[in-house]
Amino acid sequence: MLDDDDRRILRRLQQNPSLSMAELADQVSLSAAKTTRRLEKLQASGIYRGQEAVIDWAALGFAVAVSLRVTLDKTQARAFDEFIAAARKVPEVIEVQTFLGQVDVRLSLVARDMPHYHALYRDRILTLPHISDIEALMLVSTVKDSQVLPV
Amino acid sequence: MTWDAIDMAILKALHADAAQSAGRVGRKLGLSQPATWRRIQKLQAAGVIKGRRLKLDAEKLGFGVTVFLGVKLATKGRVSLEDFERAVTAIPEVQTVEHVLGLYDYRLRVVARDLSDFERILRRRIMTLPGAGQVEANVLLSEERLDGPLGIPK
Repeated sequence: MLDDDDRRILRRLQQNPSLSMAELADQVSLSAAKTTRRLEKLQASGIYRGQEAVIDWAALGFAVAVSLRVTLDKTQARAFDEFIAAARKVPEVIEVQTFLGQVDVRLSLVARDMPHYHALYRDRILTLPHISDIEALMLVSTVKDSQVLPV
Repeated sequence: MTWDAIDMAILKALHADAAQSAGRVGRKLGLSQPATWRRIQKLQAAGVIKGRRLKLDAEKLGFGVTVFLGVKLATKGRVSLEDFERAVTAIPEVQTVEHVLGLYDYRLRVVARDLSDFERILRRRIMTLPGAGQVEANVLLSEERLDGPLGIPK
């Protein structure tokens, strides 16, 4: 179970993932050795699985981001597996999520521009298996992207 | 700015593990530490690398439920987008807020301890937002992040 020190460490580190161990220890008022041990414990228990770089796809040249909400034909037993396996092979798909609700699967798709998006949609998305309905939400702007957990 | 295959390979490595040193990234690509460091600096300066994020197991931390909400504003024109955005970003359980075009106006990612906790957040915090109208909820079952275009061989 987490105690207050663990929570403080996770809170500080979420706010600023590039903190050095010394800086982190200082901010949570623990010794560097204690902080290191705590972090190692959080890693060993699988709670803290490392860090990932956050990529700005628009800055990389992919100006268009679309959220595709897909309803699958559930009369096909293998609809989920086959759809997801095929969607993974589309290189412009950056995220695959499955849901309980009106939407079955959501794909995040990035494209260089609208003609590129149109081509991808026609040639790579609509050809995916077992789609019964598909709906697109085009990203206008990201207002908040913290993914910070309120621990 | 154009990026070459080496930049993409560096991004791919950092996307998987952002805490590794430039030297380590470089070794895997047959690149010197200073050359790798310079490229990382360039990617950061151009904003391609926006920052880092902790990979945490939400469930193990007690957040068993993640819900995506599609929110439609009820009174377009009367309530300013700024008011809605300011209020919604202040809710700690709301992790992401995206302004979208299509069936909904906003897409929110919300974490909760369980379904009854989610109901509390929905009723007390989301439904009371200025201008919030129709809301659609989908509970996240699984999620995978892919390398996307970073994995495209050149």
